[in-house]
Amino acid sequence: MAGQIFAYITHKTGKADDSALELIVAAGKIDPDASTTALVLGTGADLDTVCSEVAQSYKEVWKFDHEALAYPNAEAIRKLLAGVLPSDAILLAPHDTFGMDLCPGLSIKLDSVFAADVVGFEGLEGDTLKLIRQEYSGQVSTHVTCDIANGAVINVRPGAFQPDESKSAGGQVIDKSAEVSDIATARRFLEVVAAEVGDVDITKEDVLVSVGRGIEDQDNIEIAEELAEAMGAVVSCSRPIVDAKWLEKSRQVGTSGQTVKPKVYLALGISGSFQHLGGLKGNPYIVAVNKNPKAPIFQVADVGIVEDLLDFVPVLTEKVQEGK
Amino acid sequence: MEILVCVKRVPDTAENEIEVAGDGSDIERDDLVYSVNEWDNYAVEEAIQIVDNVGGSVTIVSVGDEDAEEVVRREMAMGANDGILLSDDAFEGSDGKGVATLLKAAAEKGAYDLILTGAQADDGAGQVGGMLAAMLDLPYASIVNKIEVLDEKKLKVGREIEGGNQEMNEIDLPCVLSIQTGINEPRYVGIRGIRKVASAEIPVWGASDLGIAPEAIGDAGARVKRVDYFVPEYGEGAEILEGSLEEMSEKLIELLKAKGGIK
Repeated sequence: MAGQIFAYITHKTGKADDSALELIVAAGKIDPDASTTALVLGTGADLDTVCSEVAQSYKEVWKFDHEALAYPNAEAIRKLLAGVLPSDAILLAPHDTFGMDLCPGLSIKLDSVFAADVVGFEGLEGDTLKLIRQEYSGQVSTHVTCDIANGAVINVRPGAFQPDESKSAGGQVIDKSAEVSDIATARRFLEVVAAEVGDVDITKEDVLVSVGRGIEDQDNIEIAEELAEAMGAVVSCSRPIVDAKWLEKSRQVGTSGQTVKPKVYLALGISGSFQHLGGLKGNPYIVAVNKNPKAPIFQVADVGIVEDLLDFVPVLTEKVQEGK
Repeated sequence: MEILVCVKRVPDTAENEIEVAGDGSDIERDDLVYSVNEWDNYAVEEAIQIVDNVGGSVTIVSVGDEDAEEVVRREMAMGANDGILLSDDAFEGSDGKGVATLLKAAAEKGAYDLILTGAQADDGAGQVGGMLAAMLDLPYASIVNKIEVLDEKKLKVGREIEGGNQEMNEIDLPCVLSIQTGINEPRYVGIRGIRKVASAEIPVWGASDLGIAPEAIGDAGARVKRVDYFVPEYGEGAEILEGSLEEMSEKLIELLKAKGGIK
């Protein structure tokens, strides 16, 4: 018999993250009869607001109020959870920058198994949980088995499960603050430095010409710029382009960059990792140009061109210019 | 500062299309080009820059077979002082915790102030750094995109968080950090650099050198196991255009005009 399922609720300024509702559905895939307990950590009025919101969706909400939890410091939260969770607990958390910080180490402290970035569950047989992950930026998927006799810590990919929006749990909030003991840590939060604002605001553009690794060289960026100019669009990019310092961070689309909602999105030489697609909202019309026919971008694109962008884009630009 | 950097040899996704082998037991590995995991390369560069500034030494460690030695050597050529290869038949099939167990044992044979890993790898789960820190009972920060040495006892580190924002923390040494790409510009390693370390000795440590019971690691100790690889059935996916470059361009322009993509 599997242990009790818990969902870690990420929240900010008094509002639960979208993942809060997705984790209910994820828990149901592990055990359809699961009564999942929500864990909400924080302090003050914002915490109470989040607890009330979450209690609409979870039958039981454990609240932990401590002034040291005003900002979610994974080091402090790991200490706290290792002290309060039952030893065979199955903890679900979103696979975001906080979950990645918290969870691998928590699995060690709980002596339970860890699975990251899970996109599906295939079911539980005895103590063996079978789940689905992706590797190589989504080019292949894998089935993974976990022995959860000692519990599990599982990071679930945001957006991989539909949210449960029924909000019919009518749950109760249980104040567990008294169980918080010493959570002082050797890592102290200082501040959040906001992303730099660049010369263009790609979040407000209708048409984006976005370049990825397939552009190969800094000198080739102008191939995309020329197309964008001909189309009346703006150039954006994926993460490797910013890492290489070929374009500014403010032009990066993705979970670690900007969230954009254009009408039309040209993905040139972009493989289409979930981190990149996570920054693409509003169901745009997606055109993918990639020489790798197996690139995941073709699964989400409306139109695909299987060519090297360095061959195709100059021809396209010329044709767009001719048509004007 | 004594720094240990954990690196891994992986198929290079910039150079390869990854395909599932016939029976799904593995990916097609015959023609794969391997290299150091990209995140790890940034970690090595960061370690070398820190030592250039404040003194100390950089040691590279990797868990793998004899092919991983080449990766350790390549990273040493960037300017690291020492390299260690953790290799033993008993290590095969280790899960993330198994790898972290090996690295912990290796780390404890030295006296390191700072241990760096890559934040993730294309064939991994972004787990080893956090697990290693927890096993060593050291403070940890993940997805680090800035390191500033404040003094001998602490660092100021930036973590990349959602929306391109940066979370600044102060962290006590010794500690473990997982490094994000983009934190620096890794130096180029030429043939000459490789030649310089061609004869450097890279000790190979097995289970007995590390004092680890073989049943605790490898396939025997793994509680998390990859069963198979597969390519899921997706919906229809994109409509793939055919024809010459000119023909495809003309078709695409028509489609773009209909969607308001050309102003």
